[in-house]
Amino acid sequence: MSETSVADLKLIIFQLKGKEYAIPVSKVRSIEKVQHITRVPSSSHFVKGVINLRGVVTPIIDLRSRFGIEEEVYSDSTRVIIVTLEDMEVGLIVDAANDVLDVQTEAIEPQPEVVGSEETNYISGVVKVDKRLMILLDLEMVLNREEVKATQGIEG
Amino acid sequence: MEMSQYLEVFIEESKEHLQNCNERLLDLEKNPSDLSIVNDIFRSAHTLKGMSATMGYEDLASLTHQMENVLDAIRNQKISVTPETLDVVFEATDDLEAMVFSIADGGDGKRDVATVVEKLKLIEKGESPAVSQGAKEVAATLAPDAPRALKGEYDEFEYTVLQQSIEQGFQTYEITIALREDCLLKAARVFMLFEVIEQLGEVIKSTPSVDQLEEEQFDQEFTVTIVSKEPMADIQKKVMKVSEVDRVDIYPLSIEQLRPTAETISESIKQEVILTEEEKIEEPAQQEEQKKQISVKQASNKTIRVNIERLDILMNLFEELVIDRGRLEQISRDLNNSELHETVERMSRISGDLQNIILNMRMVPVETVFNRFPRMVRQLARDLGKKINLEIVGAETELDRTVIDEIGDPLVHLIRNALDHGVETPEVRRAKGKSEEGTVILKAFHSGNHVFIELSDDGAGINRERVLNKALKNGIITEQTAATLTDKQVYELIFASGFSTAEKISDVSGRGVGLDVVKNTIESLGGTVSIDSKEGEGSVFSVQLPLTLSIISVMLVEIQKEKYAIPLSSIIETAIVKKEDILNAHNQKVIDFRGKVVPLLFLKDIFEVPVFEEEDEFFSVIIVRKGDKMAGLVVDSFIGQQEVVLKSLGNYLTNVFAISGATILGDGQVALIVDCNALIK
Repeated sequence: MSETSVADLKLIIFQLKGKEYAIPVSKVRSIEKVQHITRVPSSSHFVKGVINLRGVVTPIIDLRSRFGIEEEVYSDSTRVIIVTLEDMEVGLIVDAANDVLDVQTEAIEPQPEVVGSEETNYISGVVKVDKRLMILLDLEMVLNREEVKATQGIEG
Repeated sequence: MEMSQYLEVFIEESKEHLQNCNERLLDLEKNPSDLSIVNDIFRSAHTLKGMSATMGYEDLASLTHQMENVLDAIRNQKISVTPETLDVVFEATDDLEAMVFSIADGGDGKRDVATVVEKLKLIEKGESPAVSQGAKEVAATLAPDAPRALKGEYDEFEYTVLQQSIEQGFQTYEITIALREDCLLKAARVFMLFEVIEQLGEVIKSTPSVDQLEEEQFDQEFTVTIVSKEPMADIQKKVMKVSEVDRVDIYPLSIEQLRPTAETISESIKQEVILTEEEKIEEPAQQEEQKKQISVKQASNKTIRVNIERLDILMNLFEELVIDRGRLEQISRDLNNSELHETVERMSRISGDLQNIILNMRMVPVETVFNRFPRMVRQLARDLGKKINLEIVGAETELDRTVIDEIGDPLVHLIRNALDHGVETPEVRRAKGKSEEGTVILKAFHSGNHVFIELSDDGAGINRERVLNKALKNGIITEQTAATLTDKQVYELIFASGFSTAEKISDVSGRGVGLDVVKNTIESLGGTVSIDSKEGEGSVFSVQLPLTLSIISVMLVEIQKEKYAIPLSSIIETAIVKKEDILNAHNQKVIDFRGKVVPLLFLKDIFEVPVFEEEDEFFSVIIVRKGDKMAGLVVDSFIGQQEVVLKSLGNYLTNVFAISGATILGDGQVALIVDCNALIK
């Protein structure tokens, strides 16, 4: 840890119901406006469907319903953050995404021990910069496929 | 770490060389006396060995080395070609293949090859002790930079070039040049020498290699082989003119010196006579021609390997372009500007051509699947004690990569079936007055938008009675239907699951799973399979496949506000059904469709489509089939037929019920493709 630690991590900051969340920029491919979503039947409730992302059919997850927050009608500021994890490419619907921050790894703290809302499972840490507090998402948990399968299984 | 970038190339090329070994070994078995085949195999093995040693796969290299020794012994006629010898060589090839595949899967390519190596050694020694000496010579060939291999070791390509040059009246020389001991910039000197030599003729080979020479990895001496028309003395003089050269030794080479093994002396004399004769008639123009020939030989078959993923990306981007093209066309119609109109039209034409090219890039000759069959047939025929001649026709027929990947297994099943059940044993064949050797023909050809693959044998054919009895016994059909079936329908029965006509169950086939798997696989690829047969004369299995899986014809339908695509391959027909015509049977809505009771599936219920409009007096129904079962899919309206590009839903959404994929429509929206096979149980 020498000079490189000055800007250790570049984070994309986005909002969900007033709170700020962060994803490492390395996992983000692009940020898109909401376009026509084709519903995929018998998939999990938080899978909104698929979109055409420059010729690639990309599944879309609504992060609000993924975290058990009530859904809202998409507005002009609603964004789709396209993230990649291993061989998957998935879009996350968020309320707004308008900030990129450089933080040092020291600014990242482990998540506080709170029992309760579903979203704590998806937190890998908390980032504190000045007075802002941002929740660092654990993408692997958010995109956990086992869970997707488990909640699928509706027979036709 | 440095090697990793070459790994992919190494694996691909190793596979190619192994395939070549396999093919040529089969040829060799047919023509055991043809030594040019052995040379071919030797070359492949040699390259493979060199590559694997470079990559650090020692096991691979040592086994190849052992194999080479045997091949070399064959080449030098110290061992004769017997099926037993070839069996061992085949076994070694199998091991090599396994190792390459293990490397491809990220393994270390290690494998216990002691037994095979032992066998190879036995073969090698079994004939005469002189063989081992031959083997040592090979070892020298393999390491061209070893000091004892300094002169006169040429690989097949160099040999061919030299041979051709001699045939065209060139003289080949081996020039050994010694630099002065106090020579400082050896590399520079070498460069100057090469400049001079290249003016005199074509350099075929240098020992050590040019790279090594440039890096000064030699003592004082190096050897170059050139083809030239200059007299020997002139060459020597010209080379000597370069300063700091100590000594120049020059020897003319004859074809026999290049390869002193196979040819007899009398032949060599004859050839020398021809050579001198040809030398007299030489013309200056010939030199140009010769040069051209050499360069053509090197330039032929220029290909590059492209990752299929990149082609997919290209295809995706291109489709985006097509969507924008559609919009442009719309705009130009609206604006009614003739100049814009022209430009857009031109663009449409060009992008159409582009689309064809991109699609063609994904096409692969069916050879890539076929080329493993001769080997398999040979093995099976030996296992079954039958004599079988496999003929392959139309291996150059091209198919989409996606189909190629899937078609291998079903074909293996069909071939096994033909060998096991079709072709009779030599005794039976003789008794029937046929030749002992059965013929199996595998033929591929294009027809319209489809590729046909036919597998015909001249075996026993299908016995209608036996098939019927078996089907009755297994409860596949009833007595009544049995009598009404046509011959063709009876033959189709052998594709039914739980059917096996072989009286005794063999390893090769006969578990009754093979053929129905074949049928299912082929149908899931959007193809069909049919049989024709004449008892006593043989059968023909005909597989019809779509040219590509990435583009399929679909019927677009609307369910409330959502659009779905149903593959045309599973649609029988469409119908409009009145509400009153729908009947109820056990809580299942059915219709009477041409005398058959067809269950109705309401797609809007299955897919839980949000309902905006109430249903009509009439239902739009699409009758689909899976095998001989049918179902009617109820939709709201038909949009029409369209060719669409099949896309996957990505790796996140896997196994969505009754959805096989997605496609992007002209307006840029995604439509899901219905998997009819999943809907019918």
